[in-house]
Amino acid sequence: MNYKMMGKFIGLLLMVESIFMLPALIISLCMGEYNSVIGFTVTIVVLWGLGVLLRLLCRKANKSFFAKEGLVCVGLGWLIMSLLGCLPFFLSGVIPNYVDALFEIVSGFTTTGASILEQIEGLPYGILYWRSFSHWLGGMGVLVFLLAIPLGGEGGSGFTMHLLRAESPGPNVGKLVPKMKQTAQILYILYIALTILNVIFLLIGGMPVFDAVCTAFGTAGTGGFGIKGDSIAGYSPYIQNVCTIFMLLFGVNFSCYYLLLLRQVKSVLKDEELRIYLGIILFSILLIVWNLRGYYDTLEETVRHTAFQVASIVTTTGYATTDFDLWPGFSKAILMFLMIIGACAGSTGGGFKCGRALLVVKNMLRSVRQLIRPQRVQVVRMNGQAVDEKVLANTNTYVSAYAIIIVVSFLLISVDGFSITTNLSAVLACFNNIGPGFEAVGPTCNFASYSLFSKLVLIWDMLAGRLEIFPVLILFSRTTWRQR
Amino acid sequence: MKIIVAGDGKMGSTLTRQLALEGHDLTLIDANSKALESTQERYDIMVIQGNCATMDVLQHAGVKEADLLIAMAGADEINLLCCMTAHAMNSRLHTIARVRNPEYTQQIYKMQDMFGLSMAVNPERQAAVEISRLLKYPGFLKRDTFARGRVELVELKLNEQSKLCDVALNDMNNIVKCKILVCTVLRNGKAVAPDGNFVLREGDRIFVTAPSNELAVLLRNLGIITHKVKRVLVCGGGRVSIYLAKLLEKSGITVQIVEQDPERCVNLAGLLPHARIIQGDASSELLLESEGISNCDALATLTGIDELNMIISLYGSSCGVPQIITKLGRMNNKNILENLSLGSIISPKELCCNIIVRYVRAMQNQTGAARTVYSIADGQAEAMEFLVDEHTQHCGKPLKQLRLKKNVLVACITKGVQQEIPNGESFFSQGDTVIIVTNGDRVIYQLNDIFE
Repeated sequence: MNYKMMGKFIGLLLMVESIFMLPALIISLCMGEYNSVIGFTVTIVVLWGLGVLLRLLCRKANKSFFAKEGLVCVGLGWLIMSLLGCLPFFLSGVIPNYVDALFEIVSGFTTTGASILEQIEGLPYGILYWRSFSHWLGGMGVLVFLLAIPLGGEGGSGFTMHLLRAESPGPNVGKLVPKMKQTAQILYILYIALTILNVIFLLIGGMPVFDAVCTAFGTAGTGGFGIKGDSIAGYSPYIQNVCTIFMLLFGVNFSCYYLLLLRQVKSVLKDEELRIYLGIILFSILLIVWNLRGYYDTLEETVRHTAFQVASIVTTTGYATTDFDLWPGFSKAILMFLMIIGACAGSTGGGFKCGRALLVVKNMLRSVRQLIRPQRVQVVRMNGQAVDEKVLANTNTYVSAYAIIIVVSFLLISVDGFSITTNLSAVLACFNNIGPGFEAVGPTCNFASYSLFSKLVLIWDMLAGRLEIFPVLILFSRTTWRQR
Repeated sequence: MKIIVAGDGKMGSTLTRQLALEGHDLTLIDANSKALESTQERYDIMVIQGNCATMDVLQHAGVKEADLLIAMAGADEINLLCCMTAHAMNSRLHTIARVRNPEYTQQIYKMQDMFGLSMAVNPERQAAVEISRLLKYPGFLKRDTFARGRVELVELKLNEQSKLCDVALNDMNNIVKCKILVCTVLRNGKAVAPDGNFVLREGDRIFVTAPSNELAVLLRNLGIITHKVKRVLVCGGGRVSIYLAKLLEKSGITVQIVEQDPERCVNLAGLLPHARIIQGDASSELLLESEGISNCDALATLTGIDELNMIISLYGSSCGVPQIITKLGRMNNKNILENLSLGSIISPKELCCNIIVRYVRAMQNQTGAARTVYSIADGQAEAMEFLVDEHTQHCGKPLKQLRLKKNVLVACITKGVQQEIPNGESFFSQGDTVIIVTNGDRVIYQLNDIFE
């Protein structure tokens, strides 16, 4: 285990986090929110100090850095980042309980958007900003950001691949261009450009600047922290539609945008994952609109709310314009299905990922055909290319881990005595980084009523869901920490 | 620069390592996804699985935007087809192909344009040339030439009888009595840039620049007795051996080749009318003894198996063969070879890699690029030759006034036909060539890069 190299990375991570906290501090200063100023100042000093200290201690790191180190580095990095990132909430007194504060920031970084706050209106602006910004930071991944800046990547070596793989979602993570630094830069430039575009469209709709920026952060990271108690419901239909479109855009694999920039429109249109993603969305909207006939006054309203909710759930954002918990059972069932499927691999969205689901189904069909004709040799294809057997095996492992974690978490939080629907949807909503679930954790409610233990379980679920299980799971393995 | 490397074999991965370290955008193509995966985990590159000679794969690898394609796949024909295809897709593209089969040499030379080739490299031939050069001056472990052969950088190992043991570099001139400069000393596997007070010890490997015409004087004054090589025993009848035998025949050296495969022996006998071909197992001491290993002038172990080469070389050294040359395919653990008496170690792969790196640097920097680059001291140091042109700074200033980067040494200045081993008063002016030796990771692309 190369602790020093990991220390170097995590030190840098903390320093970057403290820099990203500065805007929140400035906002607090401008608004004269003294409690949050103290909270942010102390946190920034602590983060910077620890970061510099870690980097000093780990100056002489050797460069042996393998898959294990990459996974641990990402898992541990996110954990430490969250443990310290929640300090402003705690120190400013906005969230008096430390575990609640941790829940809130983990929910932010993992782009879940599940909140324990009863009352959102009236919170200090600095705190609201940091809450929303944590979505943006967690959406594309902080370590990917480190790879994009010159300090992060060591020239010429390939170990950075392990970090990208561990942090970016999807079964088959690859680079866009030969150099990792440029790949990370392209991803972040696309991300920033889309976010700015989103802000502009929201401003055109007459949204206040602060609201627009925070909403765009939540949309970009597919997070879902609103700055209003009723999420997006209070805004105009135009703004709701802008949100719908941008949520869907952020749920698309970012390499598609890169290919579009290279004018390879054909290969984007032929992308199987994108097709299935759009197909699922369209089909779900049609079914729900049919199911909801007569529920809203006009067809426009029905389609608008349906499209918004479908986009919000499938991209695992978690904004709401209406209380979908009141919808009929069939519509809710479809939403539950969308919760599990999630967005595309390589996007900022969470969930199981369309591409992975496609692989699982294709692999299953192959096995069935194999049963009928045992001698037949078949390969699973994706976009016309044969998929490596190792990727398929990993995907199957992922399915098992995914299912086991859901079942175990469900059992663990059931102790609190809520209904089955509440508990199951709470686990699904956290593990798939969505935010709201059904019934007691529905879009108008929050997670405050769960016990401390359940919150810790859900925090773990959120981290595991965002980092695709293994970086978090590996932290619990004894062999990880044993020397040799 | 955007570079595509086709073929992730031994050669391809050595190149990948070197070029990735120099910060190029590398895309590696190979049919074997396992090999690609492990290479990608080590270096910051992109990999593509597929046949490198197909348009599809080349397109995917971004051949349209690439600057250079290096075809290092297993078969010559694939390399040539790859270069032809790529060149047809992008006419600005530079292409380098590895072509090993001697039968193709002539047509490559004649049809270079048709193949779209910028350069063809042949590692085995390169190795043979290197070996034949070493055999001309027995006593040196390695010889690299600069300034059109007027200056050389030679490697010497100090054994216990060496006159240089426990001598400070300042006092060395009294012994060698000729113009030389010690650039780098490899001690216990680490390269050191020595100063005047540095004391040489037994076991050091020293890298010395000297004018070519002083080499004989140097050897004589060091007490290294050399007699002209007249008979060379070559183990293994591979391509290197064929090239070597042809080169040595010209200088009138008798070559004996031991090869196990009878069919191959007949082949060799047909190709090399002057060489003595012996069919038999080169690892058998009896055979080597009967072929006169103990009184041959030099032994070159050139079989395809590294371990066998090493063992035969060790045996040869125990028999007292004055000069031994060992060919090694993989050079991953150089420092464990340090204390074995394997003589000069030749790696065709590494020689070829040096040539390509030189080509890449020249491309990157059309004017002012190094004319020659050699990696010395097990790759821990580099020796480069530059032409002083109108862009060079500090022309005419004595060296002692210049502030050079750490670990940079001006090893030789050639003015016309005169070679000068520089001291503090020396200077260079436009039109001269200078040899720079750097220890450390820093890459020098231009002569001006040496200044602080």
